[in-house]
Amino acid sequence: MNKYITAYYTDENDLIKGVKQIREKGHNILDVFTPFPVHGLDVALGMRRSRLTRVAFGGGAVGAIVGFGFQAWVFTKAYPLNFGGKPYLSVPSFIPVTFELAVLLAAFSMVIAFFIHFKLGPGAKTVVYDERCTDDRFLVLIDAENAEADEVKKIEKALSDAGAEGITYKE
Amino acid sequence: MYVSPIREPLIRGEKTYSQVTKDILAPMAGKPSKFWYMGITLAGIALLFGAWATYQTVYYGIGTWGLNKTVGWGWGITNFVWWVGIGHAGTFISAILLLFRQKWRTSINRSAEAMTLIAIACAGFFPLIHMGRLLLGFFIFPYPNTRALWVNFNSPLLWDVFAISTYFAVSLVFWYVGLVPDLGTVRDKAKGKIRKAIYGFLSFGWTGSAKHWSRHETISLILAGLAAPLVLSVHTIVSFDFATSVIPGWHTTIFPPYFVSGAVFSGFAMVLTLLIVARKALNLEEYITVNHIESMNKVIILTGSIVGIAYITEFFIAWYSGVEYEQYAFINRATGPYAWAYWIMMTCNVVTPQLFWFKKIRTSLVATFIISIFVNIGMWFERFVIVVTSLHRDFLPSSWTMYKPSLVEVGLYVGTFGLFFTLFLLFIRVFPVIAIAEVKSVLKSSGENQKHAHHE
Repeated sequence: MNKYITAYYTDENDLIKGVKQIREKGHNILDVFTPFPVHGLDVALGMRRSRLTRVAFGGGAVGAIVGFGFQAWVFTKAYPLNFGGKPYLSVPSFIPVTFELAVLLAAFSMVIAFFIHFKLGPGAKTVVYDERCTDDRFLVLIDAENAEADEVKKIEKALSDAGAEGITYKE
Repeated sequence: MYVSPIREPLIRGEKTYSQVTKDILAPMAGKPSKFWYMGITLAGIALLFGAWATYQTVYYGIGTWGLNKTVGWGWGITNFVWWVGIGHAGTFISAILLLFRQKWRTSINRSAEAMTLIAIACAGFFPLIHMGRLLLGFFIFPYPNTRALWVNFNSPLLWDVFAISTYFAVSLVFWYVGLVPDLGTVRDKAKGKIRKAIYGFLSFGWTGSAKHWSRHETISLILAGLAAPLVLSVHTIVSFDFATSVIPGWHTTIFPPYFVSGAVFSGFAMVLTLLIVARKALNLEEYITVNHIESMNKVIILTGSIVGIAYITEFFIAWYSGVEYEQYAFINRATGPYAWAYWIMMTCNVVTPQLFWFKKIRTSLVATFIISIFVNIGMWFERFVIVVTSLHRDFLPSSWTMYKPSLVEVGLYVGTFGLFFTLFLLFIRVFPVIAIAEVKSVLKSSGENQKHAHHE
């Protein structure tokens, strides 16, 4: 993306109001950068519910099945050992390891999915539009790739009407 | 938003967002203070003592310890259980208090979680060194080997391997996921080029995008949901090491809940010990306020009382069971040769936390600091009493004996203190000790400036 418009807010409540206003006027907000999670912003931006919970459930299920299955295989097929005449398939004593593996895989699969999906990771290359976004500014980013001059004017007007500061157009 | 006029603000001083960033990043900038150097020197000396003791153990073997045929578990296991217990506070604060929407956790969760990770590392050292051959430590994992033999999945000691390593891994992920946005802040505030590059690498390219934040919130919540039962399972499984045995004094069903509450109890005490010093040394008194200390003290009263009731219940059940061996084990604890340890435990764990019922005491920093150390001592003696007094009177009176730690065992324990404080001191220099983004997110509803705005 070579052409874009940015503008910022200094208060999260103004930001949410502003975002709603800009979207009502039909301008497409590409992204918003905030120093902390702003509640209600995902709704204002019209984001979908996260599917990461399903990844976690899947990971947990795999962990539980593999954990239990492996222990059952070891004690009934691979190397059956008799512990004081107790059953080979001693289900209660398999529970701790099954539980731990479920938790481990649920947590790791979800977190890894999160980082891979957003292409974040050690040394990931991302664009920082304003260094104060991680400090005290709430930055709104609007795509102006195919916008004509008068379209850009319109977006800038909408932004200033919505109370945004520091409106800049970059090519 | 409605703001209760009675509720004290969580963050003192009328802070703006950029002020929060500045205050929390301040301890990372510039040269470390004189106290920091003193602390790390002392910790380094303790660490050297530990290194010597490790060398002795690895070179000469477990014979350098005070253990004998009757008392096969001594300080090693005591220290292991003690350190694991301390670790529980961090996860409790960051996971269970997150699920209960306790906003006051935001000021303390980062450092408490770091403490958790370090404490688990210290704990994990003891079972490994207890094997005598550190290099064969990997035998505890089920891996395909030439003996075609797998590990014993019926053994609580093996469950421990899975519980502790899962606990460490998930805590590490939870902690680092929370740290990523703050590392982004550190990167953007960094002055030097090298510093910027290092934190840029560590921050995983965090930008603060709303999409990332939304999903970040989701995974934090799910991780909390996973970590909450996990933390309860860990000390439950540690207690199984004792409870599934047939030793009088160990073979009791009360152990899992009693161990878990004891763990949270000792963990909060350690968090208090650390933070009362850290908040002063790092000038973070406006973030970690007396309110936070008081809230933690309330958790200490609760968990301390559960522990107290558990002690009394154990005694009662020993009598009520009608089993003479069980009865003897408990009477011997209170009146036998280790009675001094038992009464230290009773005083430190049952009596001292009850002082927190007085508001004057639980809001006093000095009193809290002293009591938190008492609790740490008491909880160490609890494990010592459980491990040693139950073992030293064996089934055969001819095997009855006493146990005394050797200098090597003392060295190993002191060494883990060295490790703990070295890593904690490095942590406060390298990472933000307070979750910056989380504090900012509660600033509006719980900061002092908002409170004033609502009153005027």
